[in-house]
Amino acid sequence: MRFTIADLKKGEKGIITDSSSEDIPLKLLEMGCLPGNEVHLLQLAPFSDPMYLNVNDSFLAIRKETASLIVIEKIDE
Amino acid sequence: MSKQLNVALIGNPNTGKTSVFNALTGLNQKVGNYPGITVDKKQGICELSRGVKAHVLDLPGTYSLNASSLDENVVIELLLNKNDKDYPDVAIIVSDVENLKRNLLLFTQIKDLKIPTILVINMSDLMNRKGISLDIGLLEAKLHTKIALVSTRKNRGIDELKQLIENYKTISTEPCLDTSTIDATYFQSLQKAFPNQDVYKLWLVITQDANFGKITRQELDISKFKTKSNQELKRLQQKEAIKRYQFINAILKEGQTIDRSKATGLRSKLDRLLIHKVWGYVIFFLILLTIFQAIYDWATFPMDLIDTTFASLAEWVKNTFPGGGMLTDLVAEGIVSGIGGIVIFIPQIAFLFLFISILEESGYMSRVVFLMDRVMRRFGLSGKSLVPLISGTACAIPAVMATRNIENWKERLITILVVPFTTCSARLPVYLIIIALVIPEGSIIGLSYQALTLMALYLVGFGMAIFSAYILDRILKTKHKTFFVVEMPNYKLPLLKNVIITVIEKTKTFVFEAGKIILAISIILWVMASFGPGDKFKNAESYVETTATQTTYERNDQIAAFKLEHSYIGIVGKTIEPLIKPLGYDWKVGIGLVASFAAREVFVGTLATIYSVGSASEGENIETIKTKMANETYADGTKVFTLASGISLLLFYAFAMQCMSTLAIVKRETKSWKWPILQLIGMTAIAYICALIAFQFLK
Repeated sequence: MRFTIADLKKGEKGIITDSSSEDIPLKLLEMGCLPGNEVHLLQLAPFSDPMYLNVNDSFLAIRKETASLIVIEKIDE
Repeated sequence: MSKQLNVALIGNPNTGKTSVFNALTGLNQKVGNYPGITVDKKQGICELSRGVKAHVLDLPGTYSLNASSLDENVVIELLLNKNDKDYPDVAIIVSDVENLKRNLLLFTQIKDLKIPTILVINMSDLMNRKGISLDIGLLEAKLHTKIALVSTRKNRGIDELKQLIENYKTISTEPCLDTSTIDATYFQSLQKAFPNQDVYKLWLVITQDANFGKITRQELDISKFKTKSNQELKRLQQKEAIKRYQFINAILKEGQTIDRSKATGLRSKLDRLLIHKVWGYVIFFLILLTIFQAIYDWATFPMDLIDTTFASLAEWVKNTFPGGGMLTDLVAEGIVSGIGGIVIFIPQIAFLFLFISILEESGYMSRVVFLMDRVMRRFGLSGKSLVPLISGTACAIPAVMATRNIENWKERLITILVVPFTTCSARLPVYLIIIALVIPEGSIIGLSYQALTLMALYLVGFGMAIFSAYILDRILKTKHKTFFVVEMPNYKLPLLKNVIITVIEKTKTFVFEAGKIILAISIILWVMASFGPGDKFKNAESYVETTATQTTYERNDQIAAFKLEHSYIGIVGKTIEPLIKPLGYDWKVGIGLVASFAAREVFVGTLATIYSVGSASEGENIETIKTKMANETYADGTKVFTLASGISLLLFYAFAMQCMSTLAIVKRETKSWKWPILQLIGMTAIAYICALIAFQFLK
């Protein structure tokens, strides 16, 4: 099953495997949303949108819509 | 005179770049505009040793050399144009110690342009506390640069930085990495097509054109060279980012150690409270209340002071140059009161920016954006629309300018279009006098009807903003994709110096931007009110009857009122009377409406003249206008100001676009007359219809 950042629950982590979708803003890639980097979902706004992440040492918030384009592999702890 | 040294400050947002700029230049700085666009251009002079001066340009914050907003585009345009008079002799990349990795991405891009580059690592005082240690020697060698460890908070490292700037010629211009390896054949063909150009520069021009739009001051034409689709280009850019991070990670592995156990949990503790599903909203609401309290309560003291000062100044001009005639009148009534009408808003604007800059500097504003984005999106707005909507309660002009950081054009446009519905402070004097006139005194559960009406007007304004955003979201079709990335910066105590400089700069921008229009219209209105065709205007004295009981003051007031009726503005008021009659207004109110185009609060002053209370003493003024207005009747004896016409007038002021300054700013920000004209027609139509319904229904 395809797993994306949008499927993460609060506090969970994952490793990005694919962020090549054309609809992902370049800025997000430059902030470190690149394959191999770890994503940590820190908090969610009401209705789980936007999502507050830590990736590549950057703290950022993105909309669920965008988050669902970034494919990850979940890390079980 | 030696040639001046050009320094450009470049860096990610939230790295303290502006603090470094302030530390280098002190108050020796000014804000202008880049030609043709409204991005602030901040520049200053930095004194180096032996009388050498550096011209420092604080470029807008950017994450990379691939622009996604107007602000970021400025950076790229400058760096791609060697002929620009501001083209830097030396670039300073400002990074903060905690986000070194991400900041180095931009650094390596600038290095690839072969500009001598100094790396400033700011907030270095936090290194110990965050458990970060750096091998500066190693980093300098691997990145081919000089590094300055700076703490603007503790005021450390600035002198060392100045020395580095002075010796910029010793800094290597060797690039950090070779971008062309991401697609060797493509880059070779690119180089072949333009043998005299730097290949990385060519690559930037191409991607810039594809992603953001044509560079306006472009010196080379690459339009004939196009071998890749936008999708392919984007894939290459992703490859470029990966390649850069590989390089950066390899260096940081050696040059940086982070002891994660030392990291303090301030961020997560504060986040848990400030973006909590309940408490987050409660806290935000309380902060909003404080801001409104400041704007509407604390600001009244300086505003009253300004009001009386300008009134006595106008009086002084009249008394000092009694023989000046027309010119004296122009200065006293046109210019002095025009300037007074601008200056009066300074306390509110300053308070507003004081709060906004504290909230932004502290890192809190991003949390509000995070909290509100989902709610706002339902109405076609963005979480980032919130700051403009709050600013709109003081004045729509800074509010429209505050929309610049909304990346999504459609969301930005909708925000600009609906912001003028929020109740700006210029509406307040109008509301107060009409409410006092038509809303009965008395109260319900301890709240007076009048206060409730005022509150309802605020809600109506905000509600109309949200409602029209919702409608516009359905109507407007744009091909722009949603785009929303908010950095959640670290919490920090705002630096007083930064806050004060922001407040001064923003207030200055307001005074000069809005000021020149308000002043111009004040003068036009003065001319229209001071001249009139025909004998009735010229010899008003002989038309106004003298009665025995009248004092000289009363007679003069009556003459003034008679003159106004037959002046050009009076004629305009009479001409539009048939149009505004169905709303319950007579031609006198019509004059007030026309005059309001300078600024809404002019309404009260204009009515004062029309109802001939011009020379009544200060303080009694409002009471006197009120009484006169209350007694105003039509020829058949019915009152002009009733509950119906009052509510109708309130609604008209709540919705109508009556502010030329705002229209001018909207034109500048949207770069077309289409949107301000749409705004003028749309808002005024809504106002007219609502006022019409209210009057006809309540009559």
